[in-house]
Amino acid sequence: MSALLGKLSWDALPYDPIVITTLCVVAVLGCVVAFLVIKNKLLGVLWNDWLTSVDHKKLGIMYIVLAFVMLLRGFADAIMMRLQLALATNGDPGYLPPSHYDQIFTAHGVIMIIFMAMPFMIGLMNIIVPLQIGARDVAFPFLNNLSFWLAVSGAVLINISLGLGEFAKTGWVAYPPLAGLQYSPGVGVDYYIWALQISGIGTTLTAVNFLATVFKMRTPGMKLMDMPIFTWTCTWANILIAASFPILTAVLAMLTLDRYLDFHFFTNDGGGNSMMYINLFWAWGHPEVYILVLPAFGIFSEIVSTFTGKRLFGYKSMVWATASISILGFIVWLHHFFTMGSSANVNAFFGIMTMIIAVPTGVKLFNWLFTMYRGRLRVTVPVLWTLGFMVTFTVGGMTGVLLAVPGADYVLHNSLFLIAHFHNTIIGGAVFGYLAGFTFWFPKAMGFHLNVKLGKAAFWCWLVGFFLAFMPLYVLGFLGMTRRLNHTDNPDWNIWLYIALVGAFVIMAGIICQLLQLYVSFRDRKQNLDTTGDPWNGHTLEWSTASPPQFYNFAELPVVSDIDAFTDMKEKGTAYVRKASYAPIHMPKNTKAGIIIGALITAFGFAMIWHIWWLAIVGLVGSIVTFIARAYTKDVDYYVQPDEIAQIENEHLDNVAKG
Amino acid sequence: MSTTHMNTHDAHEAGAHHDEHHDTGGNTVFGFWLYLMTDCLLFASVFATYAVLFMNTAGGVSGKEIFDLELILAGTAALLVSSITFGFAMICAHNKNRSGTLMWLLATFIFGGVFIALEIYEFQHLIHNGNGPQASAFLSAFFSLVGLHGLHVTAGLIWMVILAVEIIVTGLTSRSLTRLSCLSLFWHFLDIIWICVFTVVYLMGAI
Repeated sequence: MSALLGKLSWDALPYDPIVITTLCVVAVLGCVVAFLVIKNKLLGVLWNDWLTSVDHKKLGIMYIVLAFVMLLRGFADAIMMRLQLALATNGDPGYLPPSHYDQIFTAHGVIMIIFMAMPFMIGLMNIIVPLQIGARDVAFPFLNNLSFWLAVSGAVLINISLGLGEFAKTGWVAYPPLAGLQYSPGVGVDYYIWALQISGIGTTLTAVNFLATVFKMRTPGMKLMDMPIFTWTCTWANILIAASFPILTAVLAMLTLDRYLDFHFFTNDGGGNSMMYINLFWAWGHPEVYILVLPAFGIFSEIVSTFTGKRLFGYKSMVWATASISILGFIVWLHHFFTMGSSANVNAFFGIMTMIIAVPTGVKLFNWLFTMYRGRLRVTVPVLWTLGFMVTFTVGGMTGVLLAVPGADYVLHNSLFLIAHFHNTIIGGAVFGYLAGFTFWFPKAMGFHLNVKLGKAAFWCWLVGFFLAFMPLYVLGFLGMTRRLNHTDNPDWNIWLYIALVGAFVIMAGIICQLLQLYVSFRDRKQNLDTTGDPWNGHTLEWSTASPPQFYNFAELPVVSDIDAFTDMKEKGTAYVRKASYAPIHMPKNTKAGIIIGALITAFGFAMIWHIWWLAIVGLVGSIVTFIARAYTKDVDYYVQPDEIAQIENEHLDNVAKG
Repeated sequence: MSTTHMNTHDAHEAGAHHDEHHDTGGNTVFGFWLYLMTDCLLFASVFATYAVLFMNTAGGVSGKEIFDLELILAGTAALLVSSITFGFAMICAHNKNRSGTLMWLLATFIFGGVFIALEIYEFQHLIHNGNGPQASAFLSAFFSLVGLHGLHVTAGLIWMVILAVEIIVTGLTSRSLTRLSCLSLFWHFLDIIWICVFTVVYLMGAI
């Protein structure tokens, strides 16, 4: 080990042809993007208007871009696994050796949860929550920018692992002692630790930021029980983040100490207790799945009530159902390891708590059904996703109740039945929800509509592909196939593995439709502009702004007196009123500090992974110094002047009048 | 998309109506409370781990054999007194008494420094006698829990120096008062955590 480069040497470079090809393709794509940016002289725009922006709407869009990029990588991992399992039957070794295959299933899980679903959820929350509560920005705009760059930092580290060294071969949960130094001596687990640790701290800061925002910055007249339902579900998700992510921080720090300083938290020797890791991991991990799915429930609620043209049925029961799910979500973690060998009574308690969660979830489902009942449902693309969700998620929920029975779990634990179950809930619940929200709010965020035909095609491919890919896994689970197998030798399983591969390809077609949809919609954006700012006849305040919203969101803070605040204004005729004069608006200035700290923390994480101690010190001290320097910058805000506000507002009102 | 740069004026030129638009100080203190709750859960996780592992001495020493309660009592006293002196600093700050604030901050810093010095001595002594964190799961958890608290106190001391410099340079502005309130919350929070550490680790460990 050298002092200059730590454990880093030529051996860290990849030799696997699949990896080398991937890296070449990524390099070419990167060069093409860089070339386009420079050729169109967009570098300044990119830096000044986006990367250094503290505007919650722009940060939200960047989060979603990150989510889409990571979705492609996570999906590439998925289809490689399905292909391997369809080829490696009857004793055939397939094309992926175990050491590579194990990294792929670990990376797939980490990427899809931490770097696809989380940024997608946080992106939608960033764009919409401040608009829904009538705020001009979040409570701490710089912190918001910093959180984003910490998420990017984690994503960068996990992608570096593809080209330098290896990723963890432990599965996305990284249980010790397998994840300890004795059984995983390479850098893979260290990549896992630092990517999760850095992005996790960013997520915690996001939760603090958005909780302060909704509790302190709601527009006049908006009581807590007047908040739009999406904001409520995000608020519960943020409470869950604030209460659970510190546990992840702690458990990862302990694993770090075990691996770096020879501590004995989770080791086999020295009195360590690896079950402690598993308990702590799931005390974070189970609330995490509700963090992902609750905002999706909020999105479906908004969509159902908007497109039926009705008020949401049972708003209060919806809020309390969300609260119950959040609280129950903290006392079910042990169902992830019923087979640990706790007493029957302990398992029964956690099993019953798990089943009880089905009750508030059922309340939500009936609320959506009753909202639709006797409504005039406009079947748009967001509604298709919602209907697809309601069917799919119900199946996933029922298999979840089945798994919550400890006796049944002893049979199904670690089998493909479990894999089918959680994909059923995460894809059918969270991902369908984010894609519904993406389509629903796209015109708001970007100012033009998404192509409908390709949107419908994407939906049907995803839905059909999902059932083809995952229903066979339920069967395989019953047939006794366990998860994380590299190759199989059981002719009874083959047909189901082939069907699952076909399903994965159908989902791939869905993703291609979505990429095409983005391209076509952007190309034809001039014909599909949303000039009114209210394309769906929406209920809540985000639809009262222009599309894309004015950078200050609201020229005057709206005063609200109803849950469906904007519908109320439209009915009373107080929407779109031209004001004679405006007061100056206080706004935060953009800052370079977030991206600089993100870069320094990435260097710190990379240095820790490879034991390059000098660089770790430079990265850590540098980021702290940058943070302090930012704290003493005076030049952090400015006032938007009334004449500029009047010009922007009048332009919007003219467009509304024309539309 | 570059509308943000049109026709804008710096805020400090129009600084006169700064406070009527945003109650940012209140938001900051509330946000800091929320952060402290996350920190509390971080400590709770490490406490839980300590509770699970403290009997796993792997044939080595247990808490009873290594805790020097008199030393810990001195450290505890120093930290609790530092909380009182920080309270006096806050009273002075609210009375716009700059020199009083700085004096009490200095006193707080000294007591906090004594606490950290005693902790470093304790750790160094344990490691020297072969009872470092590598010796057993109990010692890993002990060093992590006490060390995590010590790391927080150290961060608080650094923050205190930076804030004292700010107060010397700019005086007691509303911004420095907000920051002082946050540090004050942080400092008292660490006191409460220490009382838990003192009770759970040292007193119960010495039984």
